[in-house]
Amino acid sequence: MIKLKRYWFFFVLLIGLLVITFINQTMGLKAVQLTGKSILDMLLLLPPIFILVGLLDQWVKKESLIRYMGEKSGIYGILFTLLLATVAAGPLYIAFPIAVLLLKKGASVRYIVFFLGAWSTVKLPVLLYEFTSFGTKFTLIHISFGLVFYYLTGLLFEKIYDQKKMLKNDITMDA
Amino acid sequence: MISGIILYAVATIYLVISFIKDKTKTKNALLRSWKMFRNVLPDLLAIMLFVGLVLTLLTPSFISSIIGEQSGLLGIFYSTILGSIALIPSFIVFPLGRTLIQNGAALPQVAVLMSTLMSVGFATLSMEQKTFGRSFAYARNASAIIMSLLFALIIWVVMA
Repeated sequence: MIKLKRYWFFFVLLIGLLVITFINQTMGLKAVQLTGKSILDMLLLLPPIFILVGLLDQWVKKESLIRYMGEKSGIYGILFTLLLATVAAGPLYIAFPIAVLLLKKGASVRYIVFFLGAWSTVKLPVLLYEFTSFGTKFTLIHISFGLVFYYLTGLLFEKIYDQKKMLKNDITMDA
Repeated sequence: MISGIILYAVATIYLVISFIKDKTKTKNALLRSWKMFRNVLPDLLAIMLFVGLVLTLLTPSFISSIIGEQSGLLGIFYSTILGSIALIPSFIVFPLGRTLIQNGAALPQVAVLMSTLMSVGFATLSMEQKTFGRSFAYARNASAIIMSLLFALIIWVVMA
């Protein structure tokens, strides 16, 4: 069953697109092309990620994830989180369902914030582009400052946000 | 798109291993994956269309013209807003940044733009809210904006 109500924003934008196309056809066409391309990119990238998240959900025991990303995981928590975030591909919104799953399995808020921060700062496939476009100095400043900043943010957020309260919206369940 | 191929290979390998070990668990896992996909699809389609519209209106030469060498703090402000609204694949972010620099944009402004493009998402905010709750989503985006601004400041001091 498709709930049409959940698509309202999409339809509003679609009307916007129609209006733009009506005023200027070239622009409308360009917008359709750009949108179509990013939808295609997304549909290619999402299935393997969601399959992996689904498998992770079924196979990884809570106790073992707590050991790697729980409150007392220390330096292993940092390294493990960094590893997870840097090998990943794709835009930040793909990291959201992964982060929620980790949280559900007992990862502490600190590492979730660090995970999201690292995902948006350091990614091995993207690093090459940054390196070739902006050089070593720029890249090193970006990475080292970003990681330190997000780790500290994680420490702060951990004091403010409760792990259990954040989990009331489980997106793997039916809404 | 090598990372995409690797991703598919890894997912397939794990799926096969999982299927051999436990069919019920694998079925449950795929069911979960499907539900997740169905839950995020309405938001994602809207995000894609929104970004398509924004990027149609903004061209590299236009962006470069408002964040040039003389643009100063106002340029930083524009970059922050632009980067927070637009959303483009991360492997395009840096080559785009380079194009902007070649078109006359200044380095600290481009640094903010690139950093916010990757870490701040107005377009994805409603999805992030549904996932983590409102307060966390806002706070995380705010922290990402602060990070981007500080990063630009460092770049300004060290490299410009």
